[in-house]
Order: sequence, then C-alpha cells, then structure tokens
Amino acid sequence: MPAITREEVAHLARLSRLDLSEDELVHYAEQLDVILGSVARVSEAVQQLGQGQDIPPTSHALPLVNVTRPDVERPCLDPAEVLAQAPAAQDQRFRVPRILGED
Amino acid sequence: MSTSTVNLPSYEDALASYDPVMGLEVHVELGTATKMFCGCPTGFGADPNTQTCPTCLGLPGSLPVVNATAIESAIRIGLALNCDIAEWCRFARKNYFYPDMPKNFQTSQYDEPIAFNGYLDVEAAGRTWRIEIERAHMEEDTGKSTHVGGATGRIHGAEYSLVDYNRAGIPLIEIVTKPITGTGEHAPEVAKAYVAELRELIKALGVSEARMELGQMRCDANVSLRPHGREKFGTRSETKNVNSLRSVERAVAFEIRRHAAVLDAGDTVVQETRHFHENDGTTSPGRVKEEAEDYRYFPEPDLVPVAPAREWVQELRGTLPELPGARRKRLQAEWGVTDHDMQSILNAGAVDLIVETVSLGAAADQARKWWMGELARRANEAEVDLGALPITPAQVAEVVALTAAGKLNDKLARQVIEGVLAGEGSPQDVVAKRGLAVVSDDGALLAAIDEAVAAFPDAAEKVRGGNQGPAGQLIGAVMKATRGQADAARVRELLLKRLSS
Amino acid sequence: MAFDGDLTKSTAAALAAAIKAGDVSATEVAQAHLDRIAKVDEKVHAFLHVDADGALAKAAEVDAKRARGEQLGPLAGVPLALKDVFTMKGVPTTCGSKILEGWRPPYDATVTRKLREADVVILGKTNMDEFAMGSSTENSAYGVTRNPWDLTRIPGGSGGGSSASLAAYEAPLAIGTDTGGSIRQPASVTGTVGVKPTYGGVSRYGLVAFSSSLDQGGPCARTVLDAALLHAAIAGHDPLDSTSIDQPVPDVVGAAKLADVKGMKVGVVKQFDGEGYQDGVRSRFHEAVDQLRGLGATVVEVDCPSFDYALAAYYLIAPSECSSNLARFDAMRYGLRIGDDGVNGVEEVMALTREAGFGPEVKRRIMLGTYALSSGYYDAYYGSAQQVRTLIMRDFDRAFADVDVLVSPTTPTTAFKIGERVDDPMAMYLADLCTIPTNLAGNAGMSIPVGLAPEDGLPVGLQIIAPSMADDRLYRVGAALEAALNTTWGHPLIEEVPSL
Ligand SMILES: [Mg+2]
Ligand SMILES: [Zn+2]
Repeated sequence: MPAITREEVAHLARLSRLDLSEDELVHYAEQLDVILGSVARVSEAVQQLGQGQDIPPTSHALPLVNVTRPDVERPCLDPAEVLAQAPAAQDQRFRVPRILGED
Repeated sequence: MSTSTVNLPSYEDALASYDPVMGLEVHVELGTATKMFCGCPTGFGADPNTQTCPTCLGLPGSLPVVNATAIESAIRIGLALNCDIAEWCRFARKNYFYPDMPKNFQTSQYDEPIAFNGYLDVEAAGRTWRIEIERAHMEEDTGKSTHVGGATGRIHGAEYSLVDYNRAGIPLIEIVTKPITGTGEHAPEVAKAYVAELRELIKALGVSEARMELGQMRCDANVSLRPHGREKFGTRSETKNVNSLRSVERAVAFEIRRHAAVLDAGDTVVQETRHFHENDGTTSPGRVKEEAEDYRYFPEPDLVPVAPAREWVQELRGTLPELPGARRKRLQAEWGVTDHDMQSILNAGAVDLIVETVSLGAAADQARKWWMGELARRANEAEVDLGALPITPAQVAEVVALTAAGKLNDKLARQVIEGVLAGEGSPQDVVAKRGLAVVSDDGALLAAIDEAVAAFPDAAEKVRGGNQGPAGQLIGAVMKATRGQADAARVRELLLKRLSS
Repeated sequence: MAFDGDLTKSTAAALAAAIKAGDVSATEVAQAHLDRIAKVDEKVHAFLHVDADGALAKAAEVDAKRARGEQLGPLAGVPLALKDVFTMKGVPTTCGSKILEGWRPPYDATVTRKLREADVVILGKTNMDEFAMGSSTENSAYGVTRNPWDLTRIPGGSGGGSSASLAAYEAPLAIGTDTGGSIRQPASVTGTVGVKPTYGGVSRYGLVAFSSSLDQGGPCARTVLDAALLHAAIAGHDPLDSTSIDQPVPDVVGAAKLADVKGMKVGVVKQFDGEGYQDGVRSRFHEAVDQLRGLGATVVEVDCPSFDYALAAYYLIAPSECSSNLARFDAMRYGLRIGDDGVNGVEEVMALTREAGFGPEVKRRIMLGTYALSSGYYDAYYGSAQQVRTLIMRDFDRAFADVDVLVSPTTPTTAFKIGERVDDPMAMYLADLCTIPTNLAGNAGMSIPVGLAPEDGLPVGLQIIAPSMADDRLYRVGAALEAALNTTWGHPLIEEVPSL
C-alpha cells in the first residue's frame, strides 16, 4: 500500500507539530516508506492466520474493567513549584505565545 | 468578520423557501467534588493554577483514574434522557494541539458513548416536540486562556496568552441530538426550549447547577437548510459555545437567515465553525483550517473499559427524581390550571416559587394568585425575574395565612407586600409598623356602624325596610372610617344584624 | 566484623545482609559505588545524573535507623540506578531527550516512592534511548552508553544505562522499563538479569509514557535473587494507575530461592531460532535448554505462528500511542521552548521546539504513529495491528495451556557495534524480535545470561516467558538455570568485565 510521498510526510509533520527541514522531509519519506512497507504485513497476517474467523482487536492485554476512584479530593501541587518549571509564567499563569485568532 | 444582517432576507422569507435542520450539542460541567481523572477540587473562582496536579497539568508520567461519581452522573443523565446505557464502553483520545489542553489530546468518548439512543420531550409553540438524543458521552474540560495585549481580552491581535488549568479536567457530559427536523419556523424556539428543558433536567438530577453564565452549560448549534420537499440535508454550520438560552434562539435564527442568503444567491454554504456575538446577534466564521481536522481517535490506553453492571443501572434508575416534564404535568393537575395558565407560570419562572409557597402551608390558588398577580406585576415593573424580587416564598405564605385568618384583606395584603419589598421586614413587621391589621374588634365596628347609620339615615331606613341595595353605602362609610382595615364581610354581617333588630 | 568482599562486586542480597548485620555501613556502601562511578563512568556513560548528595543522605538515614535499632527492610541501604524515565521529585528527569533538559519534576513516580520507602539508596538517573525508543541507547540526546564488555559496542536499549551500570559494577541494582524489550535486550547483551513483570504488576504512575499499553517498569540486577528482591519492592497495586492489577504480588523471592524446575514443562518457541540468529547465540541457548532438561524439566517445541508478525504489529501500536503520548511536549508548561520571539504564534513555537527538542528516531515514530492513526489508514494499520495482538494472545494461551514457561534467545545477536545500525531502522528493530510478543500480550518475561558466544566472547541471554501474574515461574526457572550454569563454569558469568 505505501509509497509515501514528501507531501504526505509534510502533512504528518504539520499534524504532529514538527517543523521538519526539506532534507528531513525527503529522508523520512524514504524511511517511512520502507517501514510502512514492512509493517503492512499485519493485514496479511490477519487474513492468513485468522482464516476467516472473527478476530476482535485488542487495544489492551489487561482483562480489567471499571477501575475508578471515589470522588474525594487529593492534595494539589504548589503552583509556585509548578510554574517554576514553566518556560514562561506571569500572574500565576503559564505564559504562552499568541494563539492565532479564532475570531 | 461578522456577517451583517442588512443584506439578509427576513426570517419569514427565509422560512418561505427552506426547512431548517438542527443538531444541538450541549456540554454540561458536572458538579462533582473532584475532576474527571484526578483528585483536584472543582470549586469555582479559586486562584489560578491552585487546583492542579500532575494529571490535570499533563505532566510527563502522570496517569488518569476515572471519577466514579462522574460515571454515575453520566448514567443518571442518560437514563433521564431515556437512553440505552452501554454495557461496555471506553474512553478514547481525541488528538489535537491547543495550549488550553495539557496533554494535547482530550480524553473523551468516541464510537462507544456511555449513553445513546434517547429522547427528550420539549414544549414550545403550543405543542410537544420529541427531540431525539444520539448520545451522551463523558469527557474533560480544558484550561482557560486570558489573552493579553491587542483588543482587550480578544484572541485576535493579542501579544500573548496566560493559561490557568484549574478548569482543565473538570468532568463534562456532552449531549448530542439527532438531526432535528420538521420544526420549520419554530426552529429557534424549539432549540431554546430544548436547552432550557435540558437545563431543568440536569438541575433536577442534582448533577450540575448548569449555570450557563458561568460556562457550566454551553451549546454548539448546528444549522443547515434544505429547500422544501427535499430529503437530503444541506451543508451545516456549527455555532460554538453559545452560552445563554436567548443566544441559542438568536444564533439559530441568524444562521437560518444567513444560510438562506447564501443559498438564494446560488452559492454553497461552507461547512465551518462560527462564533456568536451577543452584542448584535450575528455570527462570524472561526479560523479557516488549512487542512481538514483529523483527530486520530483511538482507545485511551491509560484507562480500562467502563462496563456498568445492569443491576447498578437499575438501581440508579430507581434514584431518578421526578423529572421536570412529569412534574409540570402533575402540578398542573394538582393546581387545576389550564395549559395556557401553566405556560404563563412556566414563562414567569414561578413554578418553584409557587411549589415552595404551597409547601409552607398556602393554598395553591392563593399562592398562584399572589405570585402571578401582584408580584408578577411588580417584577415586570422593576424589570427583574420573579425570583429576584426581595420576597421569599415563606413571606408570601405568611401573607396568605394572615389573609386566610381574616387578619388582612386583599387591599391590606397588597400594602404588606409593598412593605416587604421595600425592605421593611417580615409581613408581621410590616403589619405592626404600618398598623395594617384588620379591625376585628366588633365593638369598634359597631361604633362605626352606628356613626354611619346616623350619617345616612335614609339609607339605613331602606335597609331596615328590606332593601339591601343601599347597604353598600353604609359599609363604604364604615370602611372609610376604619381606613380600609375592616373586614368588609364582617361589617356587612354586623350592619344587617343591627338594622334588623 | 567488617565486610570481607568487594563492595561494588557484591550482590544486593549480600550488601543488605551486611548492612543489617552492621558489617558495613550504608554510607560506606554508597560511597564505594559513587567512587566506582567516578572512576569508570567516564568510559561507560551509564549515568545522566548522579545524585551523590541525595544518595549519601539516604544512606545516612539508613545508618541512623539501624543505630536506633529500627527494623531494616530487605534492600535497606542497597544502591540503585534509576532509569531516567521515572520522575523523582526535584531531581532532573530527561528521558534522554533535549526537550526535557533541566526539568525537575514536582512529584515522585510510584516506583520512586516505593524505592524510597524501602530505604534503597538511589545513586542517580541512567542513560536511555530518547523516550525509550531504541535498542542501543544511541538515541540518547546526551551521548551513547558503552557496553562494559566491549566499549565499542552498544549496551542494548532503551535501558542501556541501567544494564551497563550493573555490568560496570557501578550499582548492584537498577530499574528499567520494557516496552518492546528495553529491560531484557540490554540485560542480554550486558550479561545481566532483567525482568519485564506482568503488565499491570508494577505501577506506571510517574513513568514517562512511550507506549501506554506496553510500557512496564521492572528490575535489573546481576543475579536472579537480587532481581526478585527488587521486583518485590516495586510491584503491587497502585490506585493512581488504572491499569495496575489489584492482586497480591506473586512470591518471586520465594521462587528465586526455590530455584527448582523439576516437573516443569518448558516450551521452546519454534519461531525464534534458525535464520537470522547468530551461531553463538543459538549454541548457548540450546546448551541452556539441555541444562533445563538435565535439571528435570520436560522440554517441548511450541509453535506460535503469529509471533512472526509481532514486530510489525509492535511498530504500529507503539508509534501510534507514542504519537499521542508525546504530544504534551509542546513548550507550554515545562521543558524546552524555542522560537518565542514575540512574533511567532503558539503553533510555530510548538513546531520549532519539537523539531529542535526531539531526535530523529522519536520524530520518525511520531510520524509513523500519526500516519497509522489517520483516518483512511487506521483500519489497515492500527486496527490490523490490534488484531494481530489478539492472535498473539491466542498463541500464548494455547501454549500456556500445555507448558509452564516458554524459552527463546532474548535477542538474535550479541551486542553489535556502536553506529552499525543507526542508519537502518529495520535492522535496529530486529533486536527486539523475540521480546515483543510478551509486551503485546502483557505477560511476564526475563532475560538471564547463559554464557558467552564463542565467536565474539560476548554475553548471550536466554528469555523465559510466563503467563500473566505467574512472574514467580520466571524466577524459579531463572534461578535454577543460573545455579546450574555457575556450577558448570565454576563462577558466575559476570565475574569479570573485560574492558574495565
Ligand atoms: Mg466534545
Ligand atoms: Zn488534578
């Protein structure tokens, strides 16, 4: 199925917020093509080994369900300690670069 | 850029050619003590970032654990909306980058919501509309950004933003309707009535205060138009985060007109998100994305599935309170009022006030009379909600009780209410301070009667002769003499007795 | 009475006993290891951060406890190297990435907390492939870790720092994490013991996630018993981790002491042999299987056809989850920020920071995962991979219906040369061929050293796999085999480290 293009890699990079260089776009296109070509075997595996049976996907090997916690407060972090780790802070808030307009 | 209303067809003209189709998505913040996936408190108005922990800040290594009460609330909402409750469902990750969102994915539910396939009956435009519910699912809220620089508080032109994550991770229930068709010209009204009814239901369940002005409940309104007689839906717009009932109605009405203008001009409606502007009732497009959003949903691997036991769901069904619709029907029957009167009571926001007044001992018709009469008139004058008047159901019940006991007549009761509203204290206080009690001392009344008889001997003679007509004149004189504080019925009784002997 | 062995060459069990008996102080033990680190870590580069002050303070606390006559736990005063993927309050945690340079977490991971509560002396944080993505520790932003057996070779990965610290006698115990083999493969190529517990056995709270459904923290040591003692210290239910199993921890220490395979049935995985496996790896592996037979185990061959597809499924599932898990590294709340010049918007700053802060392997996997989850590709890639996981679990179920444990080589080759596979991701990925099925199925695996490959003199590891929550079987088999091999050679495999 693959044959991933430079443009597709550029799209993936945008979706994943990576400011890839031109060289990287070309390089990753080649590598992802090889990797995807190899991992695409999973569909074939399902057909060959599944032998027409219904094979539900397993997103988690754990057989657990209904793990919850009671609605009871736990201690919070000290905001000063948390904000001391932030690249920028102001007025006890995280300072972030301008967010492009929604309106 | 806001679309101006100048070039839009009138609402009536728009409806003349098209049928509107709506889809309403309502987010409700649950009133749990702690957040959806961590033990941070949810209280409103705390200092920024004081209600945060590794989990709701998305710190590396942190993990979510589901709040049991949030699940319970979601199921109760689902049941109240006549939904099926999933036997097994999961959380999923909705992936997109936004600084408000600490993990850059929202933990939500995707194709496996906890509740689905329900309905809510809504009264609007004199009839009942069954709004079908597609799903109700659980998710988490985001943090809150304050935009600094540029136009005040607006995102556009801001130099930078400040983020407070206190709200990040507060549990949300998102309730999504199926496409609402067939409402025609009533679409905006039905939309408003639906959100209002949903809010009542949420409040009745006690799962949230659902205060729209605080953002505890907000509505995304999808609107599309199709020419009359056409089966296929048109392209929709989604107006985000509409946060009052009135705005829901206005936003839908505006979008109907805007879509009609686009279609009338032979253009195609763009599928986009839009923002509603309270000031002029218009909407404007959200940021145009270069490429289609692809949220790459997948099952949240840090959580395990939710599989509510059927017995538990049954048990929760048993805990549902009387729901607003059923309650209204019951009260209407109990009070013996017409559909029209009931609608007036609802519109005036008087249901709970009357119920409470009755619960404090007042007769229903009396409670209704005062709230929907004198008090409604005064609220109207003051341009405030009935509930905002400075008088309590207990005080109204007291006035009713004083009247029933013959200690006040209607006229005096109105003066007492005026005093209470003026801050003169309880009804008893006002009666005492203003000296408003009914003169119930027969001796005093008889003295006044004798004076009246002496003053109007002709009238008295006629009454003695069996003609009761002129009695009114005599009673009026007595009332005047007692400055209206006599019980007119008692005066008549005493007068007739006096002139018959 | 003074401790008569070499402190840094001692086992954790012996050190704990000596500290308890007063033969040596915890402070002396800590100092000996800090000295060893100072002497050899320049060559090995197992550590990213040495917390000498914290370690000595903890050691002093243990000594004071003992002086007060308080009861000491089974690992009190024993030094340990912590993989830099676990948070430790106030101590730098980088995950081997530039994007987290300088981050001091405001909280402890559950594993860290348990270690502190067990009075273990944490020496510092060990090097790793960036965000645990790799099999050679060459993907660390802070330089490669070298294999103490041959400094020109890789120590395995992602937990190369932890395993190398053991082989270099810088620590008797270490913590690793295993998402596709990152504990077992480094153990194999450094001649040490590494265990991936049952998924859900050890809390992931505070373990910086690579692939949430696969990651599992676990013990690394030079002996099976030491690994068991550490396993017991860090395992157990944690209400802060929804995927933590609420059951008693299997008696791993008891099993390690039992060290007996009589009557057990051992399955040799047919798929993990033959072509692509180094001769010396195969020969040592088969000798070890013969040993097990000699010790009274029944050995049968087991066919697990789906295992041929495990690698492919893994390289879809792990990148998919990682693409989402690593989205939080966005320059907003912690870590690196690049390009915040007042002109760039938040999207540019995020993209510039992530571009500068992530290394090539991390970027490759993020994009691979983003692709696999995209609409239009989800079913064929992510969806099919999850179905392969179902098939793998079925193969395991079938196998464990018949045998008590499965065995295979841990990795197809001994330690390869640094730089040899960096430009060939697919070749690199093959290092985890045999370890991955266990991560996908969530069951337990161990690697123990079974000798040196004759052709290169480098350690060979044997993998033991047990069903979920039967981790004790790993220790029973591992300890029995370890004892038999020690007898055969006349000394433990890892008595000498040639290059140091
Ligand atoms: Mg939503
Ligand atoms: Zn929190």
